[in-house]
Amino acid sequence: MSILNRSNIDLLRFSVIGSVDDGKSTLIGRLLYDSKSIFEDQLQAIEESSKKRGDARVNLALLTDGLKAEREQGITIDVAYRYFSTPKRKFIISDCPGHIEYTRNMVTGTSNTNLSIVLVDARHGLVEQTRRHIFIANLMNIKHLILCVNKIDMVDFKEEVFEKIKNEFLSFISRMDIPDVHIIPISALEGDNIVDKSNNMLWYEGSSLLYTLENVHLGSDHNMIDARFPIQRVIRPQSNYYSDFRGFAGRIEGGVFKPGDEVFLLPSGFETKIKSIESFENDNIQEAFYPMSVVMTLEAEFDLSRGDMITKKNRKPEASQDIEVMICWFGDKPLNAQGKYLIKHTTQEVRCMVKAIQYKIDINSLHKEEEDKVIGLNDIAKISLRSSRPLFIDSFQQNKSTGSIILIDELSNKTIACGMII
Amino acid sequence: MDYRLNHLAQLESESIYLFREVAEQFEKPVILFSGGKDSILMVHLAMRAFYPAKIPFSILHIDTGHNFPETIEFRDRLVKKFNLDLIIGSVEDSIKKGSAQDERGPYKSRNAIQSITLLEAIDKYQFDALFGGARRDEEKARAKERFFSHRNDFGEWDPKKQRPELWSLYNGKKSHGEHFRIFPLSNWTELDVWEYIRLKNIELPSLYFSHEREVFERKGVLYANESVMELLPEEKVFKASVRFRTMGDITCTGAVLSSAKNLDEVITEIAASRTTERGTRADDKRSETAMEDRKKQGYF
Repeated sequence: MSILNRSNIDLLRFSVIGSVDDGKSTLIGRLLYDSKSIFEDQLQAIEESSKKRGDARVNLALLTDGLKAEREQGITIDVAYRYFSTPKRKFIISDCPGHIEYTRNMVTGTSNTNLSIVLVDARHGLVEQTRRHIFIANLMNIKHLILCVNKIDMVDFKEEVFEKIKNEFLSFISRMDIPDVHIIPISALEGDNIVDKSNNMLWYEGSSLLYTLENVHLGSDHNMIDARFPIQRVIRPQSNYYSDFRGFAGRIEGGVFKPGDEVFLLPSGFETKIKSIESFENDNIQEAFYPMSVVMTLEAEFDLSRGDMITKKNRKPEASQDIEVMICWFGDKPLNAQGKYLIKHTTQEVRCMVKAIQYKIDINSLHKEEEDKVIGLNDIAKISLRSSRPLFIDSFQQNKSTGSIILIDELSNKTIACGMII
Repeated sequence: MDYRLNHLAQLESESIYLFREVAEQFEKPVILFSGGKDSILMVHLAMRAFYPAKIPFSILHIDTGHNFPETIEFRDRLVKKFNLDLIIGSVEDSIKKGSAQDERGPYKSRNAIQSITLLEAIDKYQFDALFGGARRDEEKARAKERFFSHRNDFGEWDPKKQRPELWSLYNGKKSHGEHFRIFPLSNWTELDVWEYIRLKNIELPSLYFSHEREVFERKGVLYANESVMELLPEEKVFKASVRFRTMGDITCTGAVLSSAKNLDEVITEIAASRTTERGTRADDKRSETAMEDRKKQGYF
C-alpha cells in the first residue's frame, strides 16, 4: 500500500509488562528496529551512550529510558511512550517499569491500552512479578493478552519448555476474564518470531508477534450498546450569526447517537430528541460513537452543564452517591480512613468521603487481606466512597470511561489514587 | 455502518478533548505558537474543538528576533484569516531589560534564553495553562511527558514527580503561581501530522517545501546563510534545493536537501527518511540530555 493511502489504518495501544530483566526494553527496541522506526541519529546517539557506559553491545534499552536518573540507574522509572506503524496499524507502546515499587506506573501505563504483552524469561517461567502484572492487567480490564516466552534460544528452542510455561500461564489466568489470549515463543534479541516466523521452531504453529499485533480484533472492546455522552462544555458562540446556538460538546463514551434519537438527560430526567450532531463547519454527523468528540444540539431547551449526561432511557447508567471501587493507591501518605477527597469521574468533579475499607490485596499471594487495612503507596484495595452529589456510573467491566475515577488530595493537589468501579 | 475510527480521527478526537478540558479547568490558557507546523496544527484543532464559537484563548509567540521572514509573514496572515488574538513576547526586549543575555561566538543561539522571555510573559499575563506542540515521538525526554504537565512557581518541570495520568481523567489542580504545560499532540508522530495536514488541506509556510536557498554546512547540518549567522573560516556558502523539517530560530534550525514541492512529495520523503526531524536541531545536539535540562528550566 502506498504511504499516501493510509486512511484505513487503525490504532492499537499496548503495554509491555513483565519482570525486570525479562527483556522488555529489548523487545520494544526490536519492534522499533524491525519496523524501521528507529532512525539513524537515534541509533547513533545510543551507540555513543552505550560506548560511554561501557556496555558490550548497543543497548536498545537506552531508546526508552530517556531520563537522566533512569540512565544512571539502568532502570525504567516512568512510563515511556513509543510509536511505530505498519501499513495496517499505528501502534502506541507504553513501556512500563518492572520494579515492584513502580506498580502505580504500571497501572497508569495500562490504563489507556487495549492489549498487554507479558514477557517471561524461558529459563525462569512465570515469576512472582509476572503474576502480579497479569493480575493488574486483568484488574485494568485488558481484553487481549499476548504471553511472549522470551529468550527461547537460551533453552535451545525446546518445545517442552514452551509447553510447560504455556500451561502454567493458562492455569493462572483460568479464573480471569480475558477473552483473547495468544502465546508466542520468541527471542527479542535474535528476532525469532518477532516480525517473521522463525525457522528455529518449526513445532510452533501460531503467528509471529507483529502479525498478531496487526490482526487482533479490536472492534468489540468498547461498549457500543449503552449510550453515554458526558457533557464537557457548553458551546455558545455569542455571535450574530449563531445567536441562538447552544451546543453540548463532549466525547461519546459509549453506544451510538443519531440525529432524531430520543435521549434522556441526567440528572434532570427530562427527555428530548437530538437535533443535530456536528463537528466542524459542514461536517454533519449521521452516527456518533466512541471515541468521537462532537457537539450535540437538542430539540428542546434545557439547562444542561458540564458534568451532566445525555443518555438513553432504557439503558441509563446508575445515578449514585455510593460507589464501590477497587483502588490503586499512589499517595506517599496512606489512605485516611475518615478522609475527604476530590473525585474525578468523566467530566464531573465532586467531594467524597471514605466510608469503608473492605480489604486490601496482598500483592505477593494475591489473596484478600481483611485485617491489615493500612492502604499505602502501590497498594490495591477495595473501598466504599460516598460522594457529595450523584455520579452517573457503570461498572468498569461494562465501560472503562464511565467506570473509572481518580482521587485527588485537596491539600497537595496530587492524584493519589485511581479506581475501577465495581 | 463501520463503527471504527482511523488513527487520524482518533488522534484528532483526543486533542479536541484536551482543548475543551483545559478551557474548563483553567482560568487563562494560551496556545504557544512558534510558526511551525505543530503549532499551526494546534490552532486548527482548537478551532475544531470550539466551533462554531471562537477559540476562547489567545496565542503567544515568543519571538527570538531571529525568525525567518516567511515565518512572521505566515503568522500574521494566519492571525488575520482566523481572527486570532496574538500576543508577542520579545526576546530582544528581555535582553534590553537585562533579564536575558545573548550568547556570543559563531554557535550563539537565542534558543535557551527564550525560556526567560516565556516565563516573563507567563508572569505578566498570568497564564495558567500553556498549550505546546511537543510530541512524544520527537525526543526521549518528551517521550515521558504527560498531557497535563505540572510546572512549579519557577516554571520548572520535575520529571521524577509527575502525576500519574490515567484514562481521560486529567488533573489540572494547582497552587497559586504554578502553571501547566498542555501537550495535545503528545500521541501524534511527524507522519501523522503531515497526513492530517494533507487530509484537511491546512496551509503551511513555504519553508516546509523545497526551495532554492543559500546554505552552509556545520557539523553535518545545513544552515541558512542569513545575517544573524556567523560563519567560521572553513565554512563555505553554496546554493541548494532544501526544505525545513522543523521550524525554529534561524540559528538552530537545519535544512535538509529535498526536492519535495508539495504535501504528497513531503509525506513520501518523510516515510522514507532514516533520520528524525530533530536530527537537524542544533539545540538538541549540545548534550545527551539537552532537552531534559532545558525542560526542567521552563523550556517548551
